[in-house]
Amino acid sequence: MAKANMSLTRNEMPVQDAKVRAHNFDEVALGYTEAQAIDEANRCLNCKNMPCVVGCPVKIHIPEFISKIKEGDFEGAYQIITKSSSLPAVCGRVCPQETQCESKCVRGIKGESVGIGRLERFVADWHNTFCQEEPVRPQSNGHRVAIVGSGPSGLTCAGDLAKRGYDVTVYEALHTAGGVLVYGIPEFRLPKKIVAKEVDTLKKLGVHIETNVVIGKTLTIDELFEMGYEAVFVGSGAGLPNFMGIPGESFKGVYSANEFLTRSNLMKSYLQNPETPIMKGGKVAVVGGGNVAMDAARTALRLGAEKVYIVYRRSMDELPARKEEVEHAEEEGIEFRLLCNPTEILGYNNPDDARDPRNGFVTGMTCVKMELGEPDERGRRRPVVIPDSEFTIDVDTVIMSIGTSPNPLIKSTTEGLEVNRWGGIVVNEDGLTSKNAVYAGGDAVTGAATVISAMGAGKTAAKAIDDFLKK
Amino acid sequence: MYKIVEKKVLNPTVIQLWIEAPLVANKAKPGQFIILRVDEDGERIPLTVAGVNKDNGTVKIIFQVVGGTTKKLSYKEEGEYIQDFVGPLGVATRLDGLKKVCIVGGGVGCAIAMPIAEALHEMGAHVTSIIGFRNKDLLILEDEFKACSDTLRVMTDDGSYGEHGNVTVPLKEMLEAGEKFDMIITIGPLIMMKFVVATAKPFGTPVTASMNPIMIDGTGMCGGCRLTLNVDGKKVTKFACVDGPDFNGYEIDFDEAMSRGRMYSDFERHAYENSCNLFKKEVQ
Repeated sequence: MAKANMSLTRNEMPVQDAKVRAHNFDEVALGYTEAQAIDEANRCLNCKNMPCVVGCPVKIHIPEFISKIKEGDFEGAYQIITKSSSLPAVCGRVCPQETQCESKCVRGIKGESVGIGRLERFVADWHNTFCQEEPVRPQSNGHRVAIVGSGPSGLTCAGDLAKRGYDVTVYEALHTAGGVLVYGIPEFRLPKKIVAKEVDTLKKLGVHIETNVVIGKTLTIDELFEMGYEAVFVGSGAGLPNFMGIPGESFKGVYSANEFLTRSNLMKSYLQNPETPIMKGGKVAVVGGGNVAMDAARTALRLGAEKVYIVYRRSMDELPARKEEVEHAEEEGIEFRLLCNPTEILGYNNPDDARDPRNGFVTGMTCVKMELGEPDERGRRRPVVIPDSEFTIDVDTVIMSIGTSPNPLIKSTTEGLEVNRWGGIVVNEDGLTSKNAVYAGGDAVTGAATVISAMGAGKTAAKAIDDFLKK
Repeated sequence: MYKIVEKKVLNPTVIQLWIEAPLVANKAKPGQFIILRVDEDGERIPLTVAGVNKDNGTVKIIFQVVGGTTKKLSYKEEGEYIQDFVGPLGVATRLDGLKKVCIVGGGVGCAIAMPIAEALHEMGAHVTSIIGFRNKDLLILEDEFKACSDTLRVMTDDGSYGEHGNVTVPLKEMLEAGEKFDMIITIGPLIMMKFVVATAKPFGTPVTASMNPIMIDGTGMCGGCRLTLNVDGKKVTKFACVDGPDFNGYEIDFDEAMSRGRMYSDFERHAYENSCNLFKKEVQ
């Protein structure tokens, strides 16, 4: 075995040049080469107590798969990851590893932690490129389970149950499987063919995917039981986008991040001659500081905006987005207007001509400056308005990226399903809801969170469903 | 894929399709809508359910050719398939307890009003229907309305058929004559619905208006279909896809809805012209 690599810094991830990538939708990060992967793997000390695994919501056997990389056995590494994760190529790209596995890495105490996420991505991509072997369909155990939603929690739950021999059907409301991985996360961060490949792998394991079925409308949860399913997992995701409730939010050119990203990603408005329109070009302000805000801003830039602002009411230190995404956005030329909060969106109005086609389109946004006051109950310093600090920025498009509230469709058609006062489905530690044999997880339970925490919830529920149905 | 089992051209720009979609047929109620995509990479468009046949699992839709997508859909023939068809979406029109109702439909909106009139008629309610069209050539569903209405008034803007004038003329006449409706249900162009509300207002008759804004997912995810209601002097944002499509006509900000409806009108015009050109090439 090669000697341990004691370099304090990790192997850098090769990326597309910022000036080039700001104008295309190709993936930003290009992935490690075999040599880089082995070199990075050699930085892992293979700690006996495995702190990294503790930090992983799906408990991937991290030191074990990294050891396989050291040996050059990339397929072996893949086999170890898939024991715990159904979507390695996705997680390797979108997980916030810096706050999970990598944050616990011993190498991170003095220097940089091992690039676990980058290694995971390398292994998954290597497998997808070189391994033609079909996944083996497990022996059926005769039990049927229905999954609502084909996002990260639903796909994980489906994959885990299928591997245990369950006959699983996933119902998806949209026309393509993948949920937020398809409609939300842009191509340049997570290529759609990678999601399609992961979905394909599940199909080969025997999972049925039914698109165009809205549970709560087309079929209810009670009807799923009548159809013979013995348990149901609800992973219907986040729902209604939040708006600020300030004047002017109905002007043309104001989008929710969900709508803007759905038009570009799912409906492919980023292509040359799309059938679904989207406002392109001009000046764009994205309100909010999460990963979704970064995705929307960088999408707007790639669609041809001349200027893109992120408008966020706290400072750089409080930005909830992943550091890497913020850095990428800055490199690409996105301007951060921090400590800044919108108070009104302005629209065009020609007083002499009510039929002027420009009427009702966004022309600007009025904001106030903020400063950070006392910490709130979660320890985040509360932003406070600075008096008389009002100013206006010229923009043509405003994208509101300030979170979502859970979707009401399932709750309103499922008797006995308890929700909390924010509308999130109430579950116990196994993901069981107040309704017998109905489990839930992901954003439908927690409100907007990460892909990996949704996957963790799907995994927990799969195990609980297995225990429940084996009784 | 969803099969077109029957196609009927109702007038030069309005087409009726029966589409095989058993799950939707099994559930759909008057006032609900579906979302379809004609082909891969196609746009998602909402269309209101115009009828269902539970026996053979088909759903009737009626649409006007206005943009690229509806143009493309109009080329589809019996036996062909469309890519996606999902529903029923939205909340069904509330009909409980209604005994005397006036249905006011305009243009292709009459196709949506039709199943509501039928349902009311079957419930034993007294149904007055006022249906309006620009001219005689655009008239649709007259016989169907006749069959389920106690009173039917057909209006054309140019007087080429039925009575001359728009739908608010007979509505005003009836209200002034002392007709008491439990509810006026109106479906059609926004400007027409706005004037139906204005006509009913002095008489205090409740009005339900069916909205059809721009939508993508139709399940409460994108927020594109939002509209503003004025509820007791307060502005409230609602989503037509999950809260509607029916709303209290007195509360709807119609001017804003009209403005938002024109967001992509330039794009639509191009899409329509492009698809026309493609079609011309095929014909040559």
